[in-house]
Amino acid sequence: MVHILEVEDLRVFYRSIYGDVRSADGVSFDVNVNEIFGIAGESGCGKSTLVEGVLRVITPPGYIKSGRILYKNTELLSLDNEALRRLRWRELSYIPQGSMNSLNPVLRVEDQMVDAIIAHTDLSRDEAKEMAVTRLEEVGLPVEVARMYPHELSGGMKQRVVIATSILLKPSLVVADEPVTALDVVVQKSILQSIADLRDSQGITVIFVAHDLAAHAEIVDRLVIMYAGKIVEIGSVYDIFEDPSHPYSKLLVAAIPSIEKDVVEGIPGLPPSPLNWPLGCRFHPRCPYAMPICSDEEPPLQEMKQGRHVACHLYR
Amino acid sequence: MENPLLELRNATKDFAIGGGLGIRVQRSVRAVDNVSFVLSGEKPTISALVGESGSGKSTIARIILGLEQPTSGEVLVEGRDVRVWLKEERMSYRRNVQAIFQDPYGIYNPFYRVERVFYNVVSKFGLASSRKEADNLIVEAMESMGLRPEDLLGRYPHQLSGGERQRLMLVRILLIKPKIVLADEPLSMIDVSLRSIFLKNLLGLKDRLKMSALYITHDLNVAHYVSDEMMVLCHGRIVEAGQTKAIVKGPLHPYTQGLVSAIPVPDPRRRWKDTVKVQELTFKELLEERHRCIHSHRCPYVMPICKEQVPPLTEVKPGRSVACFLYPEVKEATTLE
Repeated sequence: MVHILEVEDLRVFYRSIYGDVRSADGVSFDVNVNEIFGIAGESGCGKSTLVEGVLRVITPPGYIKSGRILYKNTELLSLDNEALRRLRWRELSYIPQGSMNSLNPVLRVEDQMVDAIIAHTDLSRDEAKEMAVTRLEEVGLPVEVARMYPHELSGGMKQRVVIATSILLKPSLVVADEPVTALDVVVQKSILQSIADLRDSQGITVIFVAHDLAAHAEIVDRLVIMYAGKIVEIGSVYDIFEDPSHPYSKLLVAAIPSIEKDVVEGIPGLPPSPLNWPLGCRFHPRCPYAMPICSDEEPPLQEMKQGRHVACHLYR
Repeated sequence: MENPLLELRNATKDFAIGGGLGIRVQRSVRAVDNVSFVLSGEKPTISALVGESGSGKSTIARIILGLEQPTSGEVLVEGRDVRVWLKEERMSYRRNVQAIFQDPYGIYNPFYRVERVFYNVVSKFGLASSRKEADNLIVEAMESMGLRPEDLLGRYPHQLSGGERQRLMLVRILLIKPKIVLADEPLSMIDVSLRSIFLKNLLGLKDRLKMSALYITHDLNVAHYVSDEMMVLCHGRIVEAGQTKAIVKGPLHPYTQGLVSAIPVPDPRRRWKDTVKVQELTFKELLEERHRCIHSHRCPYVMPICKEQVPPLTEVKPGRSVACFLYPEVKEATTLE
């Protein structure tokens, strides 16, 4: 399998007066070419910090402490800003959380898209406009949207404008952070379809970040479950939904409300504070299977079987 | 028959758009369009008001709470007009009708410890005669909700998670013991892992206080879990109403059918197969769509009549109403008018 992205022992921290906040703390994973790779976990577990680190868009007080990020054999951490800028939009594209609400309200949709094209290519304004319209059509929006202002669009249409913007220059990898969170079910469904289309018809690799496991079940191929700044499990989406291994994944899958279930269980206890992660396994204070070793020793992420990694003492 | 707990009679709310600076307002958006419903309150019931964003759910809640005045129509709680009641005896209305809002961050004053919301309630409604009695009441209420007072009292709002804050709102409800609670998307800022605990607490309150609730949400999974009855709202109009289980099992209105089929089933082996492109209404279209069925734009079964008349919400079988011309009862109701 060819990896488009390899992340190795990445640590992304925030400086604070209480010391470093270890939001993403030694995370390793590979993303295969042409897959939809999901990252899931509770709020505060470090999902967004992780992808901001991977794309090097993290801003102070956040910083990348250590690690390696290989994108198509280029080490991203060693690139200077100009080299990184050349990769952005053409190779790597990022849809930040809530970006549909940061469209410029006084510019027409096409004008804000054109700005991005002109900044990164030698195209003329007219060519850029044509390109913007093509991309809007590719994500299923009518042509008229190009001439509209953001306030004239519904939430789902705005989100699709953002997706169209992210693929303006046909990148190889798109990272979407919570792209369907603030939308209602019917619209969610069509946006998820648009994201799946990026891969299916354009061959774009997608990293899909969402706290909602039901959304992952719809489009993702492989899934990572994060807890307290660490990866606790990696596997195919089928493995994780049908046979979750890590106790946290088990509880998380059981906590998804569904019209097919009458009983929904919560996860007891509260997520820990990133300033002060529990020693040993970070999940042990909430874990129903906790053993003495769990509070002493941190379990490493180990391969259980082909393509399945778990960080839990139960499986060692 | 006694007066129903909550009744909306043809409630309508228009919001003006544009205007200001002395310019005369030309246009308005109808957020709530001729909505009528009754919550009898004979036995404790949770009714879900379900709709997409922008469907007018929150506006209805704000009208019931008196935070917004309806452009026309009436809101009655126990047979009394809410506007009049609020004017005459504001506190007594608040004692009976309480709310839990979407944002558990905005409720607390960040400068005060969290228990202040409880002491305020105790003194405003005269629930205890001494500080000691108040303390006992609060501690007891928290413990009965499975919260540990020693962990939470004395802390500042920023030290609590969204889930804890929303559960403290339920403790507040338990102290006040209102007859009806309006819960407006109370889960939207709580993590998945903590949601079911909140919902269980809410269901517990319903049984304990014999209290009814109007639960406003866009999430059909949650509505199905928590509610007994359901009303489906589409662009300000109720399109279907009935027992929650029956609606989810067999939705009658094409809009509800779309909603139900879009419920994400958390199973990667059953992904959405159909690629029905959902057509969303733009703002401009919404302004022009009022004289016809609000769903006719994206309805797969659209007929000529749908574009000419507004289908009235009509009972098609006991306890089940729908506003769609596909059902002969609805057509009959129109010709009678």
